[in-house]
Amino acid sequence: MRAAALPPGQDPWAPIPARVLSRRAETPGTWTLEIAPSAPLAPWAPGQFNMLWLFGAGESAISHSGDPTVAHQGGPIRHTIRAVGAVTEGLVALRPGAVLGVRGPFGTGWPMDQAEGRDVVVIAGGLGLAPLRPAILHLIAHRARFGRVALLCGMRSPEAILFRRELERWSARLDLEVHVTLDHAGPPSQGPGWHGEVGVVTRLVPRLRLDPARTLAMVCGPEVMMRFAAQALIDGGLPSAAIWLSMERHMKCAVGLCGRCQFGPELICRDGPVFRHDRLAPFLALGEV
Amino acid sequence: MESLARIVRDLPLFAGLNEDFCELITGCVRNIRFAPGEYLFREGQPADEMYLLRAGRVALEVTAPGRGAVTFQTLGEGELVGLSWLVPPWRWTYDARALETVRAIGIDAACLRGKCEADPALGYEMMKRFMPVLVERLHATRLQMLDVYG
Repeated sequence: MRAAALPPGQDPWAPIPARVLSRRAETPGTWTLEIAPSAPLAPWAPGQFNMLWLFGAGESAISHSGDPTVAHQGGPIRHTIRAVGAVTEGLVALRPGAVLGVRGPFGTGWPMDQAEGRDVVVIAGGLGLAPLRPAILHLIAHRARFGRVALLCGMRSPEAILFRRELERWSARLDLEVHVTLDHAGPPSQGPGWHGEVGVVTRLVPRLRLDPARTLAMVCGPEVMMRFAAQALIDGGLPSAAIWLSMERHMKCAVGLCGRCQFGPELICRDGPVFRHDRLAPFLALGEV
Repeated sequence: MESLARIVRDLPLFAGLNEDFCELITGCVRNIRFAPGEYLFREGQPADEMYLLRAGRVALEVTAPGRGAVTFQTLGEGELVGLSWLVPPWRWTYDARALETVRAIGIDAACLRGKCEADPALGYEMMKRFMPVLVERLHATRLQMLDVYG
């Protein structure tokens, strides 16, 4: 986990113009943009996010979904965005050459250093795979530093499988355990066929037979799914302190001043979005936080 | 029988079960194999045998008019296929189809129910082992119904 560190002189409030290099459809309503800022941004860590500014519409907090090793070499920045409102609908409609604003990186990252020497289980639900992708690429790039690595993915339906080709590539690796399960497989007569697992992602946790003493878990997805995934891990013997979650709230300032993203005593933008489960556990089941 | 008794003892569902109960259960079990595509059971049939999977995956399906078979859950090694044998009218309410070659222990439901009726201690022990499976499936179904990725 690492706190955001903007370079000296970089104003956290001022967006830097960035040009869209490419735009790729991932699933219905979800797109990946590759952007090139006009000035270098601070190095980012897996799990951190940027504020993307659609001029005339507003800003949205979007996690990095790119390869951290490429980005640190000055490569493009990648964000995977689901169109759910005016800003994100506008962002995913941007074509190559269009200009948007970007400020960041902000927030905390996944505990990649703490994961070294341990078994790692990554649990993603739906679009939650996007903020986990840089962590997975880090695990792959430094595979020898980690023990057993398992990725559990829960998706809604066959057409909603995010990063499908990449999941297939990861599945083919002998040093990764990849399990994808769908909530709704759908009849074979409709849509792309699915011959894999069906059921909620939490059901896959006991099948891993994790060694609780040496396992660290990273979980990202809808809050309900994260709550039950964490419970399944705890039922399997993992201590709450070995489970990390990435939280999502509507954010405005991204630097812990406006309070828009407050979650109990935490500010998601400044203290998160990646938190250790034991810090959040008392608040996860509350209806209004 | 000796090897079946060993297999029963090694099944996660029966872990730690005392020898007498293991022997009683072993009297109700058989080894069984299903080819890919073969049905373990079909909706509407009597729930007279349940299956503990030793290898392979099974799809639980419901067929809807005009939609074909819809898989609502898949089960794998160590998991139990079929819970309807526990409660009247002991009839399957869905299909169970082998997705690949399946090796399983089949447990004669009438045989086990009879032994549980005759020996309430065995019945209670079985309830303690099957009830968590039921509750876990119920929780998973609730989460599935929430459609959290929508």
